[in-house]
Amino acid sequence: MHALKGVDLEVGEGELFGLLGPNGAGKSTLVKIAVGLVRQTNGSAEVAGARAGSRAARAELGYLAELFRFPGWYTANEVLELHQRLARSSGGVAERRRLLDLVALSDAAGRRVDGMSKGMQQRLGIAQALVGEPRLLLLDEPTSALDPVGRRTVRLLLEDLRNRGVSVLLNSHLLSEVELVCDRVAILLAGEVVAAGTPAELARPRGVELETDEGVRLVEGATREDAARLVAEAVAAGRQVYGVRVLTSTLEETYLEAVGGETD
Amino acid sequence: MRRKVFAVVLVLTAVFLFLFWLANHFVFRELATISPPRDVHVDSRTFAAAFLVGLAMFATLFLGVVLAVFLTIGVVSGDAERGLLQPLVVRPVGRATLLLSRFLGAALVCVTYVLSVYFIAMSITGVTGHWWPDRIVWPGVELAGGVLVVIALSLLGSVVLSSTANGIAVFMLFGSGLVAGLLGSIGHALNSHSIKHASTIASWALPFEALYQDGLRMITENTSGLTGFLLQLGPFGGAYVHGWPIRVWAAVYLVLVLAAAIGAFNRKNL
Repeated sequence: MHALKGVDLEVGEGELFGLLGPNGAGKSTLVKIAVGLVRQTNGSAEVAGARAGSRAARAELGYLAELFRFPGWYTANEVLELHQRLARSSGGVAERRRLLDLVALSDAAGRRVDGMSKGMQQRLGIAQALVGEPRLLLLDEPTSALDPVGRRTVRLLLEDLRNRGVSVLLNSHLLSEVELVCDRVAILLAGEVVAAGTPAELARPRGVELETDEGVRLVEGATREDAARLVAEAVAAGRQVYGVRVLTSTLEETYLEAVGGETD
Repeated sequence: MRRKVFAVVLVLTAVFLFLFWLANHFVFRELATISPPRDVHVDSRTFAAAFLVGLAMFATLFLGVVLAVFLTIGVVSGDAERGLLQPLVVRPVGRATLLLSRFLGAALVCVTYVLSVYFIAMSITGVTGHWWPDRIVWPGVELAGGVLVVIALSLLGSVVLSSTANGIAVFMLFGSGLVAGLLGSIGHALNSHSIKHASTIASWALPFEALYQDGLRMITENTSGLTGFLLQLGPFGGAYVHGWPIRVWAAVYLVLVLAAAIGAFNRKNL
């Protein structure tokens, strides 16, 4: 039995790449291979030109596991300090302050992990992943425990990272979130990539909806390029045109189609 | 959780040391009223004191092993299950360094603990009974060495077993070692080659037990005659496998077990 087979993916510099798929599809395994937690039996994986799992590769990445925990007696500041030492970061107090500020935990710098909510711990986890200014950030379900405000904070943070040239591999079940922030998306099913591309490429055209004095008519198979011609034809035929809408499938529809209705 | 373990161990140690002082107090008070027959040449003070120090060494080893096991029982599998390990392992510092750091941390705590309890217990007997072991430092060092071997075994177990299974396995190994040591004493008393042979194999296979036994041997190293003979027959009589060969082997064994733990940890998928 293979956890992954024939997967060929590349995350470019400054690219935000989304991994989608039902539970057991191999998303976390793929991320774990990239960070060196799991050793692949075949094939190869590289991070910033170094073999995945090697010291050089680990020096270039930041990682937030799906299930993680920090020692409960550590404060947020101490967690970051520990990871600064492990990552050999020379950022010091300024880096810790900046990271806590980025994830909206400035006021909780001295608070113990035990006294933090799940959402706060998750944000601290993201700050921890950013220690040492990694070139590649691998986030496994980073917003699963966050409320809408927390999710927005993370989304803005991811966009900021992209602008600064940091590559991000985002593994998430939240399709709307992936659709909003990711440059490219791959859908995994049973260890294989079943669909990949930009969210726009994956969102297939479903037709053009024309609203006239005769009512609403759906022209199936028509695309954005056909819209102007369809309006002109309707006007030429003496119809009153009230509206025109280009319909595309959402990422969710594409996802459900790709995984064949498989649920978690 | 580990802080609670520390608190429990400290309280239990305080209770043990108090009870040990109480035992010493009553034993040496009673001893003053006992006079063995003139034709029985037993130094009752040495016999009682050596027995008490042997008992203290057993308790110290046991408490040290409990502390060692609870500090290291889930260092790899347990911490990985709880998600504590993954954020650390992906850092450039490396798995071998992480595991060795955990070994050194546990070793520092346990060695300090074992030496403290050993010297306090020995001092209680020394002050109360006016008797001091023939060798004072080495038995403590060997007890600490025995606990280091247990820490290494527990770390290796934590790589390949779940926390619960590892705890059970290490305590069973510890118990097996103690039983093998007692069997050795019985084998020598009965002059049974089979039992002596089995005990010797166990001493080499589980050198923490051999180090403990060697420490016991050294507290009455210069005691001879009937007193020495009677002590040899007791449960704290000491080793039949002893000296530098077993000490060197214990050091090699420790290095081999740690190397195996690092090798297994490096190959482990988390």
